[in-house]
Amino acid sequence: MFNKRNISAIFTVFALSMASHSESSEIAMTQDAEQLGLQISTEAKVRDTGWLDNTSDMLMILRNRQGQESTREIRSKTLELLGDGDKSLTTFDKPRDVKGTSFLSFSHTVGNDDQWLYLPSLKRVKRISSRNKSGPFMGSEFSFEDLSSFEIPKYSYKYLGDEEIQGLDSFKVEQYPVDKNSGYTRRIVWIDKAEYRVLKIDFYDRKNSLLKTLSYSDYKQYLNKFWRADLALMTNHQNGKSTQLQWSNYAFKTGLNDADFNRNTLKRAH
Amino acid sequence: MKWVRGTNSALMGLVIMLQPLNGAASDYEFSAKVGFEQRLFVDDGQYSDQLEDTQASVFIEPEFYWSWSEGSDSLTFKPFYRQDEFDQERSHFDIRELSYIHVSNNWELRAGIRKEFWGVTEFQHLVDVINQTDGVEDFDGEDKLGQLMLNLSLVQDWGIVDLYLLPGFRERTFGDESSRLRAPLVVDTDHILYESSEEEKHLDLAVRWSHSIGDFDIGSYWFQGTNREPVLTPKFEGGTVVLSQYYSQMDQFGFDAQATLGDWLWKFETIYRSTKADDFWAAQGGFEYTYIGVYESSVDIGLLAEYAWDSRGDDDVAGAGVGAQDDLFLGSRIAFNDMQSSEVLFGLGVDLDHSALSVLVEANRRIGESFKVSLDLRLFQSSESSDPLYSIRDDDHLQLAVEYYF
Repeated sequence: MFNKRNISAIFTVFALSMASHSESSEIAMTQDAEQLGLQISTEAKVRDTGWLDNTSDMLMILRNRQGQESTREIRSKTLELLGDGDKSLTTFDKPRDVKGTSFLSFSHTVGNDDQWLYLPSLKRVKRISSRNKSGPFMGSEFSFEDLSSFEIPKYSYKYLGDEEIQGLDSFKVEQYPVDKNSGYTRRIVWIDKAEYRVLKIDFYDRKNSLLKTLSYSDYKQYLNKFWRADLALMTNHQNGKSTQLQWSNYAFKTGLNDADFNRNTLKRAH
Repeated sequence: MKWVRGTNSALMGLVIMLQPLNGAASDYEFSAKVGFEQRLFVDDGQYSDQLEDTQASVFIEPEFYWSWSEGSDSLTFKPFYRQDEFDQERSHFDIRELSYIHVSNNWELRAGIRKEFWGVTEFQHLVDVINQTDGVEDFDGEDKLGQLMLNLSLVQDWGIVDLYLLPGFRERTFGDESSRLRAPLVVDTDHILYESSEEEKHLDLAVRWSHSIGDFDIGSYWFQGTNREPVLTPKFEGGTVVLSQYYSQMDQFGFDAQATLGDWLWKFETIYRSTKADDFWAAQGGFEYTYIGVYESSVDIGLLAEYAWDSRGDDDVAGAGVGAQDDLFLGSRIAFNDMQSSEVLFGLGVDLDHSALSVLVEANRRIGESFKVSLDLRLFQSSESSDPLYSIRDDDHLQLAVEYYF
């Protein structure tokens, strides 16, 4: 992580010196904005590193334009891996017809993730394609990529400026997905200056129109370091639907290890 | 040595099993599904005594789950019962699961009645051999009877090794004379013949290795024991001709692999089976391609194609399970990814050696939070009497099922 930062810092210095030679301050400013965007996003990631593992329960409430609701209850276990994406095991409690359906994911910072699905009625473990980044997760307004762990190499960055949001002085950073299969051209992320928490994200679709807004609220700090929101609301501006997430029972450093994330644990996730 | 340790754990497990009843820190969950199913047959059956247009049934499948020692020990009990309007064989009870699991860091022991699925393909499950088919549930062979087993699963860096002791063989279920989707003759379910003198008490063995290496998921096994597929032979019984079931002993090697390459899933399964009567190879292979987000919508369309081959070919007409010797399967899965998880599956099976064709369409969606409705259409066409589909060529039907989960 630090090596990567050093390298990019050296690169920036080099780029800046090149820019001053060509006397184009505009390029320098662009380089500056990109560098600052990366630095802010990296700092947010660094501050959320070292939790080792966590478990939590999630309630997902789907609402359509008519106000009809549908709920999903999901439990998850995540193992933090440094140098690669996290490993996670997710189990559905509701809707009841998919109770016990579980999802094992080995995410990777570069390339496709490895994903397996367990179907309890058939007792079948299926390796599934992880290409589906943009598709909706269980009929919600969250896509698979919205729910995957944030990793620095997944985006390129640009600092847009400062803005006060939810009463907090914040950075506004634009992030461009590297993955061609992403459903977005860009996302604008508001990160508060004091604690580097993501407060809000605007998602722009492949045609570069504003598609969705995600707002996080009710942040709580765990182990005197890690901030987690209790609530998140995703609003789709194009179809009028929304999905609310409510987290509970957050626990960190519970002692999970590699052995808790394989086909066997997937089959008995309950 | 590991087996000895495993058996000891099983005994310890039985002792520990009593703990949750004492009110020690444990977790208990109850869930259930009940369902109503109606089949509508387009034509009259080919054989006398077969039911006519409609066949209604209801079923219940509760599940009781206990876990204790912070999830290291658990017990699951899942009985099943279906009551059918006409078919007395289809009105049946089965313990789908009554199983105890003890988990340690790199091994786990599973004891009791369980279901184990092996394989990767969609249209035929060649390598899936542990459980007997519950043939009265549906004609597709996807429903299984619970199998008594002791299974030690060892997690290694180089894959998962599963060792199985399988005492207590289960006979396949067959419908009575009233049932549709059956052979011209009724299968005798009372007098069963076995190759082994131990009959249904023969202790079967299996060992399987499975592993994920990058984009590849592979598995291989060896099974020794009672063949799950009976040889059916006509005989006189009480003045009528019926089919008698004969279960041979077999040695079977199986291999399955899936390559997950972007939007493409490549699937392959093969078995080599050796019985007293014959030895043969069979294979099933194909792909599944998923087109994600059709026309910028949230609808996914999957395209499936698989080919089935059997070394016995056409010759062994009397042999069981040579239904797919040179068959092509095509399918499409449409997932709407909506709030109700609506899904439609189309499937087409063509026997390339005979003019036989089967078509199935399955559609299902959730209604509200706790109901699920599914509508299945199955059509069969066959003009050659030597083809297995010939006997069910007049059994085209629509099946409506409503399931309630609580």
